[in-house]
Amino acid sequence: MRVLLLALAVAAAAAAAPAEIAPGDRRSGYDFAGPESRVMQDDDTGNPGMLAVLQGEVLWATKARGADRSCADCHGDARTSMKGVAARYPALEPAVGRLLDLEGRINRCRGEHQGAAPFVWESEDLLALTAFVAYQSRGLPIAVRGDGELRPFFDLGSELFHRRQGQLNLSCSQCHDDNWGKRLAGAVIPQAHPTGYPVYRLEWQSLGSLQRRLRNCMTGVRAEPYGYGAPEAVALELYLMARAHGMTLETPAVRP
Amino acid sequence: MARVLINLPARAGRGEIIEIKTLIAHPMETGYRLGPTGAAIPRDIINRFLCTYNGEEVFRTDLFPAIAANPFIAFFTVAAESGEIVFSWTDDHGETQTEVRQITVE
Amino acid sequence: MDERSPDPPTRRLVLFGAAGSGLALYAPPAAASPAAMDEAIRALVGEATVERGRVKLELPPIVENGNAVPLTVTVDSPMSKTDHVTAIHIFNEKNPQPYARRSVWGRAQAGRRYRRAFASPTLSRSWQSPGSATALSGPTAPMSS
Repeated sequence: MRVLLLALAVAAAAAAAPAEIAPGDRRSGYDFAGPESRVMQDDDTGNPGMLAVLQGEVLWATKARGADRSCADCHGDARTSMKGVAARYPALEPAVGRLLDLEGRINRCRGEHQGAAPFVWESEDLLALTAFVAYQSRGLPIAVRGDGELRPFFDLGSELFHRRQGQLNLSCSQCHDDNWGKRLAGAVIPQAHPTGYPVYRLEWQSLGSLQRRLRNCMTGVRAEPYGYGAPEAVALELYLMARAHGMTLETPAVRP
Repeated sequence: MARVLINLPARAGRGEIIEIKTLIAHPMETGYRLGPTGAAIPRDIINRFLCTYNGEEVFRTDLFPAIAANPFIAFFTVAAESGEIVFSWTDDHGETQTEVRQITVE
Repeated sequence: MDERSPDPPTRRLVLFGAAGSGLALYAPPAAASPAAMDEAIRALVGEATVERGRVKLELPPIVENGNAVPLTVTVDSPMSKTDHVTAIHIFNEKNPQPYARRSVWGRAQAGRRYRRAFASPTLSRSWQSPGSATALSGPTAPMSS
């Protein structure tokens, strides 16, 4: 009898634990998007995100005031030098011991090596350059693991993902781990893998970063969103990318 | 100078029907959206798209606020002869942006 | 929309309050109506008879986001010198303006992205030479508002 009760207790505890998505069940937001959005994403000449990639290509070769240096001056042809980079961000910046996402890294380069003021978060230029860099990793698997030196940041991100917040008192996990595939206000809930950022979101009618999307979600549950570039935001990005480890990068994606 | 993507075959057979796809970056502000102060954000759209083939107009479209941002316009035309295909977009301010592409018709 | 507590309640505020919204005055956006659309069509077509058929309007019946709706118009036409399409006009019932687009040309098929806020039938009118007009309609609704 005691053994039976113990077995039941263990089973109940297992059932109550947060249900992470099994690696084999992971699906990109692409699979949840409607056919029209997918067609838009697949056609490079019809994907509005590609307009930003084109603009980023120009910025890549533009010399920044200050050190009078462009990205190309140090990094050469982005097709080779930037291949695989976006797939392993956010990454730790050893010089400052801080976690940086791709936008943060670009801005750090601007300050340290180009002698220029950082781009404003979510500005057209920063988005275009980020899209251009991330585009060089299109088709590659995401290669972010939250172990080793990244462990504390990963743990923070995981905690933020699983904790209830906002007036609606919902956690990211409750929708994106437990209820993906179901509908919320008519829209299908995706699994929240950042496989295509910066993404052209039809709702925005423009390109936007992962942080912008996270802010939308947080506002949605009536929580105070993290500021752009805040450590919490970047830690959450790390967690999400690690959770999507192995999935293919699709930048620039089109999402509703 | 707004970014433009044009998809058009570089070569085509004489008399062949070709599809031309164009995409231009533009916010296409409808004039109906309310800004942070509650006042409507003024309308600012591309209102005309024109395509000429060796100087002859083959396609013209007048656009209204119903058209989505970053307008995607695709149409078909007949590849009659080699030459220049010129695309131009005109906005509410009267400014026009033009792109030129070459096509070789065998 | 944010909540504002009125100071001395004016008649206007009371009326709005009576309408059931405790929220600040909010003017709904102007909307076209079927009548406005018909008027726009009449202004264009004049007295010519409008026939149905030959025009195919491809529009997804439910869209993920009303901000970007792909629309394709195809017209069955020989496109010969004597019998060809000279213009295609697209109207709608529920957007603030009834006119969506007018195209003149080359070949009778075109695809574009179209912004739509409400479920509403879209009418596509195709102008044939020498002066007839044919039409087709199709409803479309955004998946979520």
